[in-house]
Amino acid sequence: MSDSNIIPKWLSVGLIPLMNLFLAFCVSGLFILFIGENPFRAISVMIKGAFYYPGAIGYTLYYTTNFIFTGLAVALAFHARLFNIGGEGQAYVGGLGVGLVCLVFDQHVVGFLVTILAILGSVIFGAIWGIIPGYLQAKRGSHIVITTIMFNFIAAALMVYLLVNVIIEPGQMSPETRDFASGVGLVQIHILAKYLGLDIAMSPLNLSFIVALTVSVGFWFLVWRTKFGYEVRSLGHSETAAIYAGIKVSSTIIIVMAISGGLAGLVAINELLGVHNKLLLGFTAGYGFTGIAVALMGRNHPFGIFLASLLFGALYQGGTELDFEFSSITREMVLLIQGLIILFSGALAYMLNPLVERAYLKYYGNYSSA
Amino acid sequence: MPESFQLIISLLDSTIRIATPLIFCAMAGIFSERSGIIDIGLEGKMLLSAFVAATATFLTGSPILGLFAAILASCGASFIHGFACITNRGDQVISGLAINILASGLTITLGIALFSRGGQTPPLASEQRFMPIEFPFLDEMSYVPVLGDLFVEVISGHNILVYLSVLAVFFTYYVIFKTRFGLRLRAVGEKPEAVDTAGISVIKLRYQSILIAGMLCGLAGAYLSIAHGAGFGREMSAGKGYIALAAMIFGKWNPIPTLFACLLFGFLEALGVRLEGVELMWIGEVPVQVMQALPYVLTVVLLAGFIGKARAPGAIGVPYSKEG
Repeated sequence: MSDSNIIPKWLSVGLIPLMNLFLAFCVSGLFILFIGENPFRAISVMIKGAFYYPGAIGYTLYYTTNFIFTGLAVALAFHARLFNIGGEGQAYVGGLGVGLVCLVFDQHVVGFLVTILAILGSVIFGAIWGIIPGYLQAKRGSHIVITTIMFNFIAAALMVYLLVNVIIEPGQMSPETRDFASGVGLVQIHILAKYLGLDIAMSPLNLSFIVALTVSVGFWFLVWRTKFGYEVRSLGHSETAAIYAGIKVSSTIIIVMAISGGLAGLVAINELLGVHNKLLLGFTAGYGFTGIAVALMGRNHPFGIFLASLLFGALYQGGTELDFEFSSITREMVLLIQGLIILFSGALAYMLNPLVERAYLKYYGNYSSA
Repeated sequence: MPESFQLIISLLDSTIRIATPLIFCAMAGIFSERSGIIDIGLEGKMLLSAFVAATATFLTGSPILGLFAAILASCGASFIHGFACITNRGDQVISGLAINILASGLTITLGIALFSRGGQTPPLASEQRFMPIEFPFLDEMSYVPVLGDLFVEVISGHNILVYLSVLAVFFTYYVIFKTRFGLRLRAVGEKPEAVDTAGISVIKLRYQSILIAGMLCGLAGAYLSIAHGAGFGREMSAGKGYIALAAMIFGKWNPIPTLFACLLFGFLEALGVRLEGVELMWIGEVPVQVMQALPYVLTVVLLAGFIGKARAPGAIGVPYSKEG
């Protein structure tokens, strides 16, 4: 399926996605009504929670950072018509990269260098977790959707084993490593602002956000301005055409999955180097799956992904506010909204096309298509 | 009874308990995928129906009504899946994923709103559940060595849904391989154009298949919350839908091999729990996570063609349109 070629682009890329989003919110509102609360009050609580309170915007952008990484990861694979559901596992294993680098080097090497190495570690470990399914798809014909789902579970088991038995801080109960040394990590924006003489509210927003924006620009350049990006998009449009054009399909698939996994792995720098300062169980918290919704909504374009990430960042941060304001609605409401967005913006993305096409032809048909 | 025999008996017993929801879901997967519709929404349908089963049973006091409500809810989710990817020809993986996330959010949200117990439903009394059924002649059988113990400990004493899951396997086998509907269902998953040319509606057939899948997932969910368990707990399906998916692939989309894959995966989990903290000869302690990861690792290895080749139905994942 693809976008309609009857209606102009501003309708198919602009209006229809917005209508789908609107439908998802309407259905969410119905659920809130069903529970017996006022949906408009819920929206206002969420908007206040996401943007109004001191530090709220920082929190929103901190979540946004995660979604940019996972959204780009899913989007790159989509460009090659690969469905990478494994962002969650790749981010998790990326965390292992960060953790191992920090635990091995942080006592001996200067913090700045350890941080750089740890960032590389997150990308490389995430990439490895993407390369294996990529290889199996390219060379052995295993369906990438199934393999990446399986790899999420394998990653979860692996991380629990390592955190409980191997790299846990000796003498403590909860499965997490010791704190990284004090010079290691990505500085938080409010601390940075203080050095510059600005006073902004505390939040976990850190330099990873800047990394995410830079990576977004790099993503755009890679996909639309390089030979490799052209090959990826050709492969996505038609594998047969790509083969006739002399594109090496297997190696392109493997490289795409490597980069995709590496992008997902970067979630670990925001979470571990920017906030927690140690490796801990379950830090990925479903961000990898949200990345799928983000890529779908953002239409696989970095700018769209930024906007979608911002929306989900606001939903996540605003959702935590629901816990405080309502007795019967909690942040899990956001999961429900997320599911509806994936349904309407993803699976039912083209449901409204015939409707809009008919309406468009009715009003403009005489001029354009007669 | 010698101790090792006792151990095997109790392992087999828990294998059956663990495998039951896997069997229902894997059979559901076979119906759906054999007709050409990828179903990664097994997990979500099971979770949703577990919640609905517990809620309806608590409100009405009748597990039978709970079971029907669960089947209805699961079929509702199947219908959404069908509306998205059969009627609107949307992406089947995305639609399944949406159902999983939706079920996750919906069950917790509604659970908290209805019962204010952090997402759990109130515990059910035993008369509100499907309780174990004791077979006749248990006393007489217990004098027979080995077979008698197997009968008393492993075969007897499960709830009705466990026995129903075995029936579901034969039902699936019979419908898919021995009926006209099954022949058409398999054809529609391999070459929908051919079925269409024969004047049979592809859309109707696919809807029928996924609704049967919905019913089977409903049974799996009800098993979790009103038969095996006594109430719903958040995220109680805990990835079982995905293990069932793996078992279906492991069984190469065939009911009987899939049954054995479910039993194998159930056995691995039971063994993993049993081996926790036990030192084995030559190997040492086996981490429970190894057992947890094994079904997924085995499936990946199988899919990669290292042990036989798993071939999916030909037209799987491709939306059908008459214009081609």
